Amino acid sequence: MASRVDALYIFLLIVTGMMTLLIFICLVYFAARFRSRPGVRAEQIEGSTALEVTWSTIPFLIFMVIFAWGAVVYFKERTPPSDSTEVYVVAKQWMWKLEHAEGQREINELHVPVGRDVRMIMTSQDVIHSFFIPAFRIKQDVLPGRYTVAWFRATKPGTYHLFCAEYCGTQHSGMVGSIVVLEPAQYETWMNGGSTGPLSATGEKIFAELGCSTCHGSDTQGRGPNLHGVFGKPVQLEDGRTVTADENYLRECILDPGTKRVKGFQPIMPTFQGLVSEEQVNALVAYIKSIAAAKGEAVKSVSTAAPPAQTNAQKNRSQVQ
Amino acid sequence: MPNPIPQPTIVQPAERENYLNTKYGVWSWLLTTDHKRIALLYLISITFFFFIGGFFALLIRLELLTPAGDLVQADTYNKLFTMHGMVMVFFFLIPSIPAVLGNFLVPMMVGAKDLAFPRINLLSWYLYIIGGVMMLHCMLTGGVDTGWTFYAPFSTNFTNTKIVEAGLAIFVAGFSSILTGLNFVVTIHRMRAPGMTWSRLPLFIWAHYATSIIQLLGTPVIAVTIVMVAAERALHLGIFDPKLGGDPLLFQHLFWFYSHPAVYIMILPAMGVVTEIIACFSRKRIFGYSFVAFSSIAIAVFGFLVWAHHMFVAGMSVYAALVFSLLSYAVAVPSAIKVFNWTATLYKGSIHYDAPMLYAFGFLGLFTIGGLTGLFLAALGIDVHVTDTYFVVAHFHYIMVGGAVMGYLGGMHFWWPKISGKLYPEGWARLAALIVFIGFNLTFFPQFLLGYMGMPRRYYDYSHMPEFQVLNVLSTAGATVLGVGYLLPMIYFLWSMRYGKPASDNPWNAAGLEWKTASPPPTFNFDEEPVVTWEAYNYEELDSPDKDAPHNEEVPVAR
Repeated sequence: MASRVDALYIFLLIVTGMMTLLIFICLVYFAARFRSRPGVRAEQIEGSTALEVTWSTIPFLIFMVIFAWGAVVYFKERTPPSDSTEVYVVAKQWMWKLEHAEGQREINELHVPVGRDVRMIMTSQDVIHSFFIPAFRIKQDVLPGRYTVAWFRATKPGTYHLFCAEYCGTQHSGMVGSIVVLEPAQYETWMNGGSTGPLSATGEKIFAELGCSTCHGSDTQGRGPNLHGVFGKPVQLEDGRTVTADENYLRECILDPGTKRVKGFQPIMPTFQGLVSEEQVNALVAYIKSIAAAKGEAVKSVSTAAPPAQTNAQKNRSQVQ
Repeated sequence: MPNPIPQPTIVQPAERENYLNTKYGVWSWLLTTDHKRIALLYLISITFFFFIGGFFALLIRLELLTPAGDLVQADTYNKLFTMHGMVMVFFFLIPSIPAVLGNFLVPMMVGAKDLAFPRINLLSWYLYIIGGVMMLHCMLTGGVDTGWTFYAPFSTNFTNTKIVEAGLAIFVAGFSSILTGLNFVVTIHRMRAPGMTWSRLPLFIWAHYATSIIQLLGTPVIAVTIVMVAAERALHLGIFDPKLGGDPLLFQHLFWFYSHPAVYIMILPAMGVVTEIIACFSRKRIFGYSFVAFSSIAIAVFGFLVWAHHMFVAGMSVYAALVFSLLSYAVAVPSAIKVFNWTATLYKGSIHYDAPMLYAFGFLGLFTIGGLTGLFLAALGIDVHVTDTYFVVAHFHYIMVGGAVMGYLGGMHFWWPKISGKLYPEGWARLAALIVFIGFNLTFFPQFLLGYMGMPRRYYDYSHMPEFQVLNVLSTAGATVLGVGYLLPMIYFLWSMRYGKPASDNPWNAAGLEWKTASPPPTFNFDEEPVVTWEAYNYEELDSPDKDAPHNEEVPVAR
């Protein structure tokens, strides 16, 4: 990712450098050549439509090239590859809490293997933060009340800065950490220590403890929809819309079940807002995702940012809300 | 030395009745409806706020001299950059050129006795002062620590600083901005002298017309946004905080819907000033008059359609980002048109290097760099990396300080003889222009590099990344140079009011109605209503050796 951004950056440096040079050379040359001399009067020039059209069109065309290139890089940044390692990130004033799908928890530090796609599913407990790794050229605001997603693939082992880039209060500048990129073997060793079991297993436990399984039974369609195989699939809503069951949708259904009710079900589910922590929501989401895969369905990681084409309209609406 | 030729008795300029000596006393100023006196009231007030904001900036730069947070507390630092931004944006930059130079010049340039609503003009100054006093009170009793952007839900439900009070101060000052815009629009439409057609208007007027439209249409949006922030904070109405059922992105949309066009409130008038200066000191008509005029309007219109380019990483849909990126490139075109036309105006001119022209050259250089780095930020893929870093800080300072403040200072020098009736010391002024230019670049250029290296903005302490120190030291050094550059003009302007040589009516031999009346002008600007029969920038006629050339006559003024 860094090299893609840098390539565009260098292209822009060259293009804008040439534009700057052109303007500065004209300025300096005209300023020197046409400095006032006694007896020499300025020559009045009306203007030139041909010139105006030229110096509007050429920059505009150059701008369009930059725009298109920038958009391509951005879409790549915003579209996580489908089989990436997942890390759930909860930001709070003034700390990063990171939890691997495999269950390892970290604070202000994230260990990742070199060469693997890592997808962060992020939310905030309080104000807006921003997850920024300068070395990987990625940044994504982390919002309360919803998930945002970022991804990267580290190509070189080492330790890199992690910054909070959205001002978040007193210790904003203390909300820093590091990304530790390890060789696969080292990473395996690291992974073997200190896990409490996979996040989805934690989620399964919470799922049982909160009594979710009473309605969302595993075999039959009970009072609530069967959640097996739901993740990543389109869902028909009571109000006629169709949404994709991505992380944000699952999260919304747990915290605010009324708004996007599945077609054919009664509005009987209570809200879990305030009853579960952000980490518990993450675990529940991870569990529901895992039971989509368990049934032999391919889990397709659906980005919150770049949805599949057929449900764009619905997706966008769900993001705006 | 004995002089063989007897000198005629010269009428001392001080004896001439003008807007400054027509009445004395505090009330003649505080209750004046003369646009020129109100301009001076604004000049004094915004200079006061400029130095307050500048003082905050200096403390910020001193704190960043070393990586550790050692000069002030973290909370104090956060308040410093917040106050620096709020004071500079709302109490200096937005009123700067329109309320001082615009107030002084718009009626004169169109050939009117005053603005359309002189009392509303005075009211706008009082609103500004009430807002300013509220802001001062807020700062003295604790201040605000959200950044000038007030992002929710931090501002609405988390910080315990004086959000509502600061918001109200800006709310009140906003009305002053709306009223100034209203006055300009009506004046430019209705009060032009006979013969002063739209195509004969100075481009300064076109720029102010475009600015006024933004002030009128944009400012109410920031006002309602402030009301919503206050409502969520005080009454816990769920508007922005998701915990209350709100949407934090809604705040950003509303905030930038005003605050992006607000950048054009700052830069368009500076473009107007620079246009006048370049024409005068090249002794030429402006190349492509109508393109420069309509590009101002285009910037005002397109400026309203690009706000969400501040939000590419905020969690917006990728398709929205695409549209806003595209539109941001569209708004760059009229700015480019202006730069090319100014450059072309120099071609075959007869260029003088007086201080106003030095500032105009400075503006051209810095605005070009500021504008071109905007292309980086509008490119989606690059914005993700550099947004919320020092790259953005450097970029908007190149536009708002390198552009708007250079334009403001250039304009102050250009029209100072008209405003005060005195000449400023040219040598000192050229030196100051040079110091400002060098100091500015030394302060802000390193910040582009810092930003691409990844230093986030609003960081009080960067001890985790000591590699950023060298560039920060350069930046702080530059800021002290810049500070000197800004103090100098204030000193010699004040000095010249007492000791400066009296200025003639038209010391630059410049075009424009304001130069056809006395320096300083009489209260009602012209003795007789001028009738305009010439184009703007008729430098050919002004420089004609034939004294009987048409339109070279003075408009009669009171003596």
